[in-house]
Order: sequence, then C-alpha cells, then structure tokens
Amino acid sequence: MKYGILIVSHVPEIAQGVAQLVAQAAPDISITYTGGTEEGQLGSSFELIQQAVQQNQGAEILAFYDLGSSKMNLEMVQETTTKVIHKFDVALVEGAYTAGTLAQIDSSWTTISQSLKKLQLRK
Amino acid sequence: MKLTQAMTYKWLQLFVQDIQKNQAHLNELDTAIGDGDHGTNMVRGMEQVSKILSQSQDQKVSDLLKQVAFALISKVGGASGPLYGTAFLEMSKYLQNQDDDLASVINAGALGIKRRGQVNGGEKTMYDIWQPVAADLQQQQFNQANLDSHLQATLNLEATKGRASYLGERSQGHLDPGAQSSTILFTDLLQVLN
Repeated sequence: MKYGILIVSHVPEIAQGVAQLVAQAAPDISITYTGGTEEGQLGSSFELIQQAVQQNQGAEILAFYDLGSSKMNLEMVQETTTKVIHKFDVALVEGAYTAGTLAQIDSSWTTISQSLKKLQLRK
Repeated sequence: MKLTQAMTYKWLQLFVQDIQKNQAHLNELDTAIGDGDHGTNMVRGMEQVSKILSQSQDQKVSDLLKQVAFALISKVGGASGPLYGTAFLEMSKYLQNQDDDLASVINAGALGIKRRGQVNGGEKTMYDIWQPVAADLQQQQFNQANLDSHLQATLNLEATKGRASYLGERSQGHLDPGAQSSTILFTDLLQVLN
C-alpha cells in the first residue's frame, strides 16, 4: 500500500471519529489515529503518535492534526522516525477525508498534494 | 562563563522545586488564555526530571540535558513538552558538539524553540523570554531586573501563536504561562550564578 493515513487530535473521540469517517471513503487504506495523552486527558503525546506511526501499514504516511501541540509532537516524531511522513497544515476533517478518498483510488502524489493545498489553513 | 556540571544539577533542582511551588499560578495563567493545564503538565515533567537528578550526580552535562529533554517530551504533553524538550535537546547538542559557553548554550535552546514553535519574537510566547535572555547573557547584562522587564514586556502583546492566539486581542493584559515558566527557569539560573 502506497499511502497510509494518520490522524492526530487533542481529543480521543475526535481522532477516532475522523478515522471512522475517512474509513468509509477509504476501506482499503491503513488509517491509524491517536488523540489525547497517555493518561486519557486532552492533549497530545509524542509516544502515542510514535505508536500510531509504527502501526500504520502505508509505505508513506499522510498525516493530519488539529491544534498546535499535535503539530509539534507530530514534527518531533517525524524527525525521529525512518518512515516518510507528509504532514499537512489543512483542515483536519476535510483534509483527511480528501486524502483518504484519493488514496483509495491510487491517486498520484501530485493529485493528492494539489487537492490538499486548497484546504490549507494558517496553523 | 561556562555551564558546569555542578551548576546544571543545582539549576535543575531549583527548577523542579519552583515549578512545583508555582503549579497553581501557572494553571491560573493558562486558564485565562489557554487550556488551563500548564502548571499540571510541567509538574508531571518535573517529577520525571527529579528522578533523573536523583539517579546519578555525576553525569556529563550534555547527557543530563538530553535525558531531561526526553523526560519533558514524553511526560509534559501540551505544547510545552515539545518546546521545552527541543530547547533542552538543542542545549545538549550544543554542549556535545561545540563548547560549554553558557550564553551560547542558552542561545542554542532559544533557537530550538524558535524552530519548533515557528516564532520570530513578539508572538507572546516563551521565546520572548528565551531570546532576550540569550542576548543578555551574551552582553553580560543578565540580571533579575532585565529578566522581569522581559516578562512584563509580553503582558500587553497580542498572542499570535499557540492556544492564546484564538483569543486575539483579548489575550492582551494576560501573562503567557510559558513565558512565566521560562522566567522561573531563568530566575533559578540567576540564583545559581549568584
């Protein structure tokens, strides 16, 4: 599988919910997610993100996140893993859904990245 | 001035104590303009730092700071985990690869925060303390009065990074919790130097 999808949120239910939504459009794509801290609080955790990256079956990962600390923790994981992670600064729900839909039909990197560019946020 | 092993142990011990002492205050500041958990998050990190400090008293400073960095990254959570973690990791790397000049070490930490947080200064973040402190150290003007004035200078800034930025101009008049905890860190450094 060329691409897998990673969802990182501050809230476990948001991460799970977005993954559920994307899975509907991308049943054959590996989607892993993590939300909140190890204690089950709202927030983000470097280690939980690391685990979600390891569990992902995609040769490359398309990563989506919600707020600031998810981004920073995701970047730290990006710097410490050998897996290729493409992080997108886009609207979480719409971005992940777009990526899932396009990955499901084996779209090219150009198609995926250009479609996501339209959903870019200043985040 | 050099950052010695004895200084580093003492500095980190003071930081652990003072973060614990100020937990409620940091939470209050964060409740006003963030998600209310900066004190709690930092204390969780400090518990781990405290364990590291008690495990061994004679680690190389670069190794000690590296361990502290990983403790903060994995335990603190929130934005301050990766930010403080990156700062300590960059300080460790500087000591490992360059030298032990205190001003340069702190500057390396400040640059780590700049990169991780994608800030340039003036966004009402902890970088607004780290950057001027690094400059003060460079110019031998690192003292409590200057440190306090750096913190006060953030008070009326409008936050444009981090959770407080969602408040826009309503963030003015509040102290940034990360700037406050960084001020605690450098107040402790001053105490060690004196």
